[in-house]
Amino acid sequence: MKIRTRSDLESLRKAGLASLYPPRPRINVGMATCGRAAGAGAVFDALREEADRLGLEAAIVPVGCLGYCQQEPLVDVALPGRGRVLYSHVTPDQARALLRSLADGVLPEEGALARMRVEGEAESESLPYLDELPFYARQHKIVLRNCGLLDPMSIEEYVARGGYAPLARALLDLTPDEVVDEVLRSGLRGRGGAGFPTGRKWRICRDAPGEPKYVICNGDEGDPGAYMDRTVLESDPFSVIEGLTIAGYGVGAHQGYIYVRDEYPLAVERVTQATARAEELGLLGDDILGSGFDFHIAIVRGAGAFVCGEETALIASIEGGAGEPRPKPPFPAVSGLWGQPTVINNVKTLATVPVIIGKGAEKYAAIGTEGNAGTVVFSLVGKVANTGLVEVPLGLTLREMIEGIGGGGLDGRRVKAVQTGGPSGGCLPAEQFHLPITYESLTAAGSIMGSGGMVVMDEETCMVDVARYFLGFTMAESCGKCTPCRDGTRHMYEILTRIVEGQGTPEDLDDLEEVAHWVKEASLCGLGQTAPNPVLSTLRYFRAEYEAHVQEKRCPAGVCRALIRLVIHADRCTGCGLCKRECPVGAISGEPKQPHVIDQTVCIHCRICHDVCPVDAIEITGRR
Amino acid sequence: MLARLHAINAEHGYLPAEALRQAADELHVPLSQIYGAASFYAAFSFEPRGRHTVQVCQGTACYIRGGDKILDKLESALGVRPGGTTPDRRFTLETVYCVGSCSMAPVVRVDGDTYGRLKPERVERILKRYD
Ligand SMILES: Cc1cc2nc3c(=O)[nH]c(=O)nc-3n(C[C@H](O)[C@H](O)[C@H](O)COP(=O)(O)O)c2cc1C
Ligand code: SF4
Ligand code: FES
Repeated sequence: MKIRTRSDLESLRKAGLASLYPPRPRINVGMATCGRAAGAGAVFDALREEADRLGLEAAIVPVGCLGYCQQEPLVDVALPGRGRVLYSHVTPDQARALLRSLADGVLPEEGALARMRVEGEAESESLPYLDELPFYARQHKIVLRNCGLLDPMSIEEYVARGGYAPLARALLDLTPDEVVDEVLRSGLRGRGGAGFPTGRKWRICRDAPGEPKYVICNGDEGDPGAYMDRTVLESDPFSVIEGLTIAGYGVGAHQGYIYVRDEYPLAVERVTQATARAEELGLLGDDILGSGFDFHIAIVRGAGAFVCGEETALIASIEGGAGEPRPKPPFPAVSGLWGQPTVINNVKTLATVPVIIGKGAEKYAAIGTEGNAGTVVFSLVGKVANTGLVEVPLGLTLREMIEGIGGGGLDGRRVKAVQTGGPSGGCLPAEQFHLPITYESLTAAGSIMGSGGMVVMDEETCMVDVARYFLGFTMAESCGKCTPCRDGTRHMYEILTRIVEGQGTPEDLDDLEEVAHWVKEASLCGLGQTAPNPVLSTLRYFRAEYEAHVQEKRCPAGVCRALIRLVIHADRCTGCGLCKRECPVGAISGEPKQPHVIDQTVCIHCRICHDVCPVDAIEITGRR
Repeated sequence: MLARLHAINAEHGYLPAEALRQAADELHVPLSQIYGAASFYAAFSFEPRGRHTVQVCQGTACYIRGGDKILDKLESALGVRPGGTTPDRRFTLETVYCVGSCSMAPVVRVDGDTYGRLKPERVERILKRYD
């Protein structure tokens, strides 16, 4: 069947509604990469088996990520007439018990996290609504609107949740210029990091001389500790495909590319299948919806290098050459793929586009703050109580994010800093948490918005070690084309290594700063220009930690292995033997029920014994 | 050529020198070119690999949440360094930068299975599942 008209789209929507809200129980299991890591696979199998055993008719559907990864495995159950409840930390046993209740027509409250809003149905009064939980209350989901709520591979369900009506509006009711203007008026800025106004980029490309033109979705996601783009590609691939199609129409391109990081096999598989499905229905291909507009999408697997996320390097990589950046200007919007005008946008930018076209620019522009319209997605991870994927209006403060949504530090510890922007970003101290999350305020404070990585750090995180960690990464990922980046990152890494090993001198701090400024100014591409940010921001806010390492040869966080020692306090040790069993190098000896001792010549200072000791008898010395 | 390398890799689990020499002869390309291509891609290895691949994530989220300790534990349990294979060919140990389950940090992946919220104490029990 081909979808050629709005009424064809309407039948697709009806089919989607029937599958989203069937007259029998519908059970969604969060099966994105994060859910699987929490054991959702076993839960899914248990549900299927038990349903078979009971002969219970139920739709058991693998869905994407709801964002509250901390609570996974998550199972979302709708029982027609009885409401809809979300269960957290579900085990296979609980899953089986749940099905037995469902067979009796009951939605149990045991293990429930919250209820979901369903119109006109009996609901359990005692459970909070999902959107009232502190984790969700301040969120505003646009990019993540469908994630975890539909079967990622079902275009019918995507349409039932509002998909493809925006494309129909664009192709049938608006001219390409009107589409570009709508995006411009929405105030949307690129979510890949730099925050360039998307409508302006499209306008430049549309007006640039040269045919053909191209549009590219950047799904390289090189930040080594963030998973926003992956989640969107896995959980809602059609939103990106629709966004890219609208972009193509707007700028006048007939060929699009989705470039996906090679380490994301599930995302590659999903977008490939989703693209094929859209083609099958004629929502990609020639004369889409009878509008006369032709558009095709090819999927490209990334080469596995961080620098390939940079737009000119990414383009070089699609062209088949080495993934090396080239100087700008010319910008890709004027001269990009094969030298033709090319728009390149991030996954989240494109996933936002259908909502702007569907609901209108003004609606979107009303979210967020002046100059920073709309929402941003963050992968909130690290030493924070609630980890997960969150989407908030721009302008929310860091504090509301970390303490409100994140629930504060892990195990009640004090949060010390937050890192945004991955290897290109910086660390901001808790004293700056009053700052609103906007492109400008984060940059002014020495970090960047970035693509959405947000790593929370506490008293047990060493900021010098963090800087060294990121420099180790950028050093390895520098493509080596320009000297400041290639040699400068190595030089900074070497100095930082000396410092964490207790060999640093006060001059090293000055050198570090000098090299950092040089690399920032003199590097060719964004990788080198931003690589010093982790160093400069930690020097700015956490200089005392550097000085402790250099002058007193101690690591206040108790992390740097050359500067700490592990000591068992004989008066507190109960001789339980846990540390002895867990020490990876067999450095601990002692008889049962007798105080144990650590052989300092063998100990590698990994701190595992300190973490497992049930009575806190093991001290990390050298911290203070 | 890439297809051929994939085929060899699928058959042996790595790229034995003998098979590469044979491929060079048959495809009429210099052996150096084959090696050049093969070493460019991380998917190929010149050493025999273990039956199972253990990947320890050292991405930012995992590193901050103690991924280094998980690595220590794996190194001692397997007796090899990252990149190494146990003498009985049971495991190959690798480090990776982010497998996209950062909210579950620290994370280890064994073949296709991902284990999140890992504690060093659990490492040995997980390894027991693979033989
Ligand atoms: C070293 C480096 C890595 C980058 N990695 C990514 C990435 O993984 N994903 C992304 O969307 N943009 C990345 N960018 C930004 C892109 O160059 C480009 O600005 C972006 O894709 C434009 O999309 P947007 O306007 O929608 O933000 C990177 C930039 C640099 C300098
Ligand atoms: S700044 Fe670094 S990554 Fe960018 S071109 Fe120069 S060497 Fe390559
Ligand atoms: S940092 Fe380990 S999974 Fe992302």
